[in-house]
Amino acid sequence: MNTMKTNTNHLSFSDIDKDAGLKKAFSMGRADIISELNHSGLRGRGGAGFPTSVKWNLAAAAKSDQKFVVCNADEGEPGTFKDRLILAEFPDLVIAGMTIAGYAIGASKGIIYLRGEYSYLRQSLEEVLARRRAQGLLGKGLLGKENYAFDIEMRMGAGAYICGEETALIESLEGHRGESRNRPPFPVDTGFRGHPTIVNNVETLAWAACILAKGADWFKAMGTDKSAGSKLFSVSGDCERPGVYEFPMGVTIDRLLEAVGGTHAKAVQVGGASGHCIPAAEFKRTLAFEDVPTGGSVIVFGPQRDMLAIAKNFLEFFTEESCGQCTPCREGNEKLLEGVRLLEAGKCSMTYLKDLCALGETMQLASKCGLGQSSPNAFLSIVNHFKSEILGRKAAAPAGR
Amino acid sequence: MLVPVQERLRLDIEKWITQYGNDRSSLIPMLQEVQKKYSRISEYAMQVIADQLSIHPVEVHGVVSFYSYLKEAHKGRFEVRLCRTIACDMAGRDRIAQQLRNELGINFGETTPDGRFSLEWANCLGMCDQGPALLVNEQVFTRVTPESIHDILARFRREMDINVFQQAEEH
Repeated sequence: MNTMKTNTNHLSFSDIDKDAGLKKAFSMGRADIISELNHSGLRGRGGAGFPTSVKWNLAAAAKSDQKFVVCNADEGEPGTFKDRLILAEFPDLVIAGMTIAGYAIGASKGIIYLRGEYSYLRQSLEEVLARRRAQGLLGKGLLGKENYAFDIEMRMGAGAYICGEETALIESLEGHRGESRNRPPFPVDTGFRGHPTIVNNVETLAWAACILAKGADWFKAMGTDKSAGSKLFSVSGDCERPGVYEFPMGVTIDRLLEAVGGTHAKAVQVGGASGHCIPAAEFKRTLAFEDVPTGGSVIVFGPQRDMLAIAKNFLEFFTEESCGQCTPCREGNEKLLEGVRLLEAGKCSMTYLKDLCALGETMQLASKCGLGQSSPNAFLSIVNHFKSEILGRKAAAPAGR
Repeated sequence: MLVPVQERLRLDIEKWITQYGNDRSSLIPMLQEVQKKYSRISEYAMQVIADQLSIHPVEVHGVVSFYSYLKEAHKGRFEVRLCRTIACDMAGRDRIAQQLRNELGINFGETTPDGRFSLEWANCLGMCDQGPALLVNEQVFTRVTPESIHDILARFRREMDINVFQQAEEH
């Protein structure tokens, strides 16, 4: 009943000596670590795709007596579960990545912010931390650097999707409601308790450790010019082998669907609830920052799926998870959900549907943070590609909520 | 010696303060400890924590009301959280939900009269490849079927009978 076995293909992480990158990094100058990362072209694996070396460099340049490295393990995006696998099977790589980051920017403290829903991973992570302290890979004077100390603490999330947004995460760490901050200032200047802080996704940190171990050229050889390297994809929905799959960036949707047994799909949702719905006609497109960007979530929709029900599920998610701070997101998602109910009842005119789409575009422009800005994406792309499926329905859809 | 529950709660909070420190950033870990041990965060608990952290109790209430894992109202000893997000929805969530209602005799958002179980929705548990998924407290169950619901709940019912004297009391 409680089978946790996850389907995967071959993962690069399993070929890497887990502490090789850490040892190499500690034999290098701080600037050289960041320049190696810069050369690799690694961009944030949580979805936003911000160049990791730029983030580290800004934090390294900031002047402060205290700096922090935060591992964002608040993996709440619907359809995303790669970090669950990484934390369960390659925790050492993630912690090594944090330690490298800490050394590179001059931080003495790291925090793993683990989502409450993953509480069952906490104990094993604590054990890994304890083992690494005993091995001299964490704590004071680690790896023979007598004047340097770096340790990591675990903090648990409390069931709020918004806390995956980095400034909301920091608010939560500070003991506040998870409401995102205005930026600037960015966390690299003014982060946790006002100190320079880098917030990196679990997968980003693991790749950083691999890049230090195998070299920037190894990483760069994979992927495309603008999206270097390889990436883990969380594949779920109507396919034969859902699971976590590694592909070089720039893989086509077709190729990915072949690997998971989902070639019959009529559409896929890339990037989770906040991502875009891609219809079968566009399956030649590539998963890369320059084409269809993603944090790795791919949800497959088979031929029988009702696309309106999918849009409804996503909007229900956002009306629940909006933090309520800004009006476009708080009210906009409610209005879009109302619109979906009208469509369900077959009572939505084309004119009103266009108004709803205009509202969605306003939300993209006017919301305060990434949650609100991306919340109408799924609705807009489903309306865009499946108008004839969702308009002119006869009666309310049967599914009860 | 019998220690009143409020007194015990206060002593617990004082103990956790020494562990986490009296900085505001300790607030959420403190609230999580209270929630875990007492199945709720009462007004009294919020007041004691606020005093310890030198902040206004309304600040604490603002945080408690924001996070779905922190609750002021009484919750069951076991919180059942069924994932309602897309992949689990597509994998048959509605039938699992209905069977949970049938087995527990309550609706979502409610607690059984004996205080054993609460039933809640969850937003994406990150088990999308193995749905439908649910959590009972910190334990995750995947590929749940309407048939397996009874057995999952029975396990926790048994555990409850064994630990009947350790129940969280009113405070």
